[in-house]
Amino acid sequence: MEADDTACVFGEDIAFGGVFRATVGLQERFGQARVFNTPLTEQGIVGFGIGLAALGTTAIAEIQFADYIYPAFDQLVNEAAKMRYRSGGLFDCGGLTVPGLKVVMPSSPAEAKGLLLACIREPDPCVFFEPKMLYRTMVEEVPAGDYVLPLGVARTLAEGSDVTLVGWGAQVLVLQQAARAAAALSPPVSCEVLDLRTIMPWDVGAVTRSVNKTGRLIVSHEAPLTGHFGAEIAARVAERCFLRLEAPPMRVCGADTPFPLVYEPLYLPGVDRVLEAIRASVSY
Amino acid sequence: MLSSMTNRAPAQRAAVRTRGPQRAALRVCAVATTAKKDAAAAPAKGLITPEAAKEVYYDMVLGREFEEMCAQMYYRGKMFGFVHLYSGQEAVSSGVIKLLRPDDHVCSTYRDHVHALSKGVPAREIMAELFGKSTGCCRGQGGSMHIFSAKHGVLGGYAFIGEGIPIGVGAAFKSAYRRNVLGDESSDSVTVSFFGDGTCNVGQFYESLNMAALYKLPHIFVVENNKWAIGMSHGRATNPTLGDEDPYIYKKGPAFGMPGVHVDGMDVLKVREVAQEAIARARRGDGPTLIEAETYRFRGHSLADPDELRSKEEKAKYAARDPIPQLKDYMLANGLATEADIKEIHDKVMAEVEDSVKFADESPKPDKGQLLENVFADPRGFGIAPDGRYRYELPGFTTGTAQVS
Repeated sequence: MEADDTACVFGEDIAFGGVFRATVGLQERFGQARVFNTPLTEQGIVGFGIGLAALGTTAIAEIQFADYIYPAFDQLVNEAAKMRYRSGGLFDCGGLTVPGLKVVMPSSPAEAKGLLLACIREPDPCVFFEPKMLYRTMVEEVPAGDYVLPLGVARTLAEGSDVTLVGWGAQVLVLQQAARAAAALSPPVSCEVLDLRTIMPWDVGAVTRSVNKTGRLIVSHEAPLTGHFGAEIAARVAERCFLRLEAPPMRVCGADTPFPLVYEPLYLPGVDRVLEAIRASVSY
Repeated sequence: MLSSMTNRAPAQRAAVRTRGPQRAALRVCAVATTAKKDAAAAPAKGLITPEAAKEVYYDMVLGREFEEMCAQMYYRGKMFGFVHLYSGQEAVSSGVIKLLRPDDHVCSTYRDHVHALSKGVPAREIMAELFGKSTGCCRGQGGSMHIFSAKHGVLGGYAFIGEGIPIGVGAAFKSAYRRNVLGDESSDSVTVSFFGDGTCNVGQFYESLNMAALYKLPHIFVVENNKWAIGMSHGRATNPTLGDEDPYIYKKGPAFGMPGVHVDGMDVLKVREVAQEAIARARRGDGPTLIEAETYRFRGHSLADPDELRSKEEKAKYAARDPIPQLKDYMLANGLATEADIKEIHDKVMAEVEDSVKFADESPKPDKGQLLENVFADPRGFGIAPDGRYRYELPGFTTGTAQVS
């Protein structure tokens, strides 16, 4: 915000720091004109952000919970993602499966800072998902000052030769634990762990390079199995690495059910399930 | 292109200014035919029989004690997720819902426990639901923000603000359809949707006002204006209605062609009076009503909210107007109940709340296979394994390693 005096942050209750205290102190530092509360209106917040962005302002819109992105989907999908295309390049405002939206999910605080700054400086509309689980569970040194991590470039967290594990957000921690557990198996299984960082555009090159080396792929995400992003990765790897594969690409994902109130751990793809997939992959 | 857009702005503003007086005239005309300020301000004596007063009082005390027990249980780790308590707003739930029939429907929000209690859902079933137990009213699958009961006409708690309102309007249509199209003269059930002041700034509220008025539906919109949209005070979240210093949500009713009524939501008898009229209008087939009940929650937005944003003075002002002692004093002063009756009610409530906790605590957790049920209509779930068994019957399922679909 210091470097870009058009940058504004707005959303529900962000003035006092927001429910997760992610914006604490911002209003004191940059004033009410640039950091402000909106009424409770997700569709309005996103539409408002598109308007701001279209006139050359850097709009940083906060949606309190990922669940609340759905009321805003109309604006995100039908307007934000298509604004530049539809206006023939006159207006800049710019997911998932929507061409024109960038989707980013960091896996640690330092990653979050660099990727968020990159998103803010992107000419394209970005949807930035902060894993709620990590707000209170993850501690690490975050470099001071301004730095940017590139969008669309995966990060290799562990080198390995037997299985490639791909994830993003909080699931990266699960994959790291599973990789450590796999190394302790007898015989040990050597896993390469990739943090995708950006889901759209995603780093196809990094994933295929790794799978060409290891011959095995396991993708893991919290979202349900059917029709979610793991399917896209598995399909692309099947196309590009077909002759190198030693086992079918596998997915370890949430169940095809609404997120349950009880038995959350049963729904979530935990370390045990990833480890079981690793075993199945190497013994295929 | 950009410059032409900026140049247009002053002209637009001027146009709004010139339209101002016209709007004001319309507003006054419409509200004058509906708002009954004098009647609402008059003493409510004679409005209620001793039996009804005791029923309403019991319901309010039950709502309060149930919620206070929820807070204890939440902090003891018996409940999970977010829990939003209703304490302070009981006069609205009891004042409106106790006038409804079993075949009427109620649509609620994430602050829904007490609406369900008022509608007759047993405290046991709600507490068990909050504990995530299989004996809960939704078999432990809904939790605090999603209390449903088909038997008691509770169409659910909706965690996303405003999303229950069009659903309530749809439910009201069914009743009107039976009467107007299928010719069933006895079909006069109504639906009441509850929501807060913050919700009045989302589109679905306005879409629903229009649809309900357009189809002249037996639907009552009840805004529980507790003055705070999560962490933003009403006055800062909502612009004042034209010509007023404060925003008045009830004035949005006439703009859509329905009466808008403002009522003191801390006085159950006044709420009851206004609700009686709205329900009668809906049953007659004369269409919807928008009721704005001014109330206050005595706790933070949710149990995770430290409640640091509201001033002590404001909290004290509303605490002094607690609807429960108000009704008690009125009942005692008007001979509707004795001190002994009041004590008996409190004792019965405490027993009911404690019983609900005991029941919830002793109830079993749902079977793990329940995770796969109810996704599709087949009650046993959709996950059939290659050997024909349901996937939740596979050995790996309980350890979480089996494929679930």
